Amino acid sequence: MANEKRKNLTPVQQEYHLFEKERETKRPLFKNCVRAFLVGGLICVIGQAVSYFYMYFFDFTEQTVGNPTVATMVFISMILTGIGVYDRIAQFAGAGSAVPVTGFGNAVISAAIEHRTEGFVLGVGANMFKLAGSVILFGTFAAFVVALVKTILIQWGGLG
Amino acid sequence: MMKGHRSWVFENKPVIVSTATVGGPFEANGKLADDFDLLHEDLWLGEDSYEKAHKVLFEEAFFKAMEKAGIEKEKVQFIIAGDLINQITPSSFAARTIGAPYLGVFGACSTSMEGLALSAFIVNYGGAQYVLTGAASHNTAVEKQFRYPTEYGGQKPPTAQWTVTGAGVALLSNQGNGPRVTAATIGRVVDMGLTDPFNMGGAMAPAAVDTIEAHLRDLQIDPSYYDMIVTGDLGHIGREVSLDLMKKNGLSIEDERYQDCGLMIYREGQPVLSGGSGAGCSATVVYGHLLNRMKRGELKRILVVATGALLSPLTFQQNETIPCIAHAVAIEYGGDDI
Repeated sequence: MANEKRKNLTPVQQEYHLFEKERETKRPLFKNCVRAFLVGGLICVIGQAVSYFYMYFFDFTEQTVGNPTVATMVFISMILTGIGVYDRIAQFAGAGSAVPVTGFGNAVISAAIEHRTEGFVLGVGANMFKLAGSVILFGTFAAFVVALVKTILIQWGGLG
Repeated sequence: MMKGHRSWVFENKPVIVSTATVGGPFEANGKLADDFDLLHEDLWLGEDSYEKAHKVLFEEAFFKAMEKAGIEKEKVQFIIAGDLINQITPSSFAARTIGAPYLGVFGACSTSMEGLALSAFIVNYGGAQYVLTGAASHNTAVEKQFRYPTEYGGQKPPTAQWTVTGAGVALLSNQGNGPRVTAATIGRVVDMGLTDPFNMGGAMAPAAVDTIEAHLRDLQIDPSYYDMIVTGDLGHIGREVSLDLMKKNGLSIEDERYQDCGLMIYREGQPVLSGGSGAGCSATVVYGHLLNRMKRGELKRILVVATGALLSPLTFQQNETIPCIAHAVAIEYGGDDI
């Protein structure tokens, strides 16, 4: 909990906070990191294998193989989400399955499945990007800022 | 009769003439599967949405309770029920099916005892002959509303709890045989400033302690008066915190006398983290397992303290703290004074 929030609490509440914290089961940080590393790594290894598959059997180069690889990984993620396995992997893996593109796929697809009962327009359409929407918005914005900085540096800073 | 600051003592001791509990697949694998009247192996219950399945849980429990008591639905004078879904629609829709006069109540996971206390009050003072009361929750419907989509892969911390899929209903009457409701203590809203919605037990513990202490003080009794003081859904963390909190306040309850419904319902090894929760948690455990134990004579007096966290996803996102409440109801069966 942020210290800023704690400042607004009364002394009794602050005392209880400490009292409660002592008895709270902590997140097993080290274990979570190891699991995230292993599962996240495994997903990347699979991704790499998919890349090689496309380069070996189809007409893709190292530069162009990204798109079909991502599409395949998201497709696998979709299947796993649909049959209700992805959330179980995630409970074990944590960030390991959330950070790769498969986690992004899961965020979109799980929301789409969830809101199917409210119809296609107000349900699926309106809620599909409920979780992923902020990733898209701030991801695009961050890319814009980085591009702007790069442009300024090239124009006036003599970079590149 | 009002006793102390916020307790009622029911001289006429309304009788719980019948109860009914309905559960889902996860509960069927749990420790108390035998105490459910009806268990479903599919979360959808054959419906096309989780919310409809939630309503069906309630309807089945209502009908089962009436069937067990051998009364027609026309004899039910009031329904007092609630759940966790927006505008408590599953309760209202189930009440529409029964057709009896209906009062919808919301006390989050404390709804079961809020309903029982109010029903007992009505029956005690001759307000009705038969009152149906109950609470229900549906794991995925509640997850959808309060957290992320059910299939979303977000890792839950060890403090999180698992929402029970189940409905527990009791039929109260002024006559008949069965466990009797003898007293109730209404809770205050207690907010200790916790904000983590994945740690409800820790947030609700002070509310449970507040109500238990008020109950014992109002009725001037010792914790040993009850064979069991059982909280609704504090889970591992909430139970430990509340036990230590009472110790700190100079109230000692033996470890085994102080139980939690959220810890009773599931088996060791089921992935429920800190324990079960939800409005259906205390309702199914009390109206199923605990009353069965009372009827077998294993327990004579119990105090049920159902705890609820009165937050919404909106208040959490707006950085509000989590206000909590607990309502206590005393149930006795085969005791000396009946």
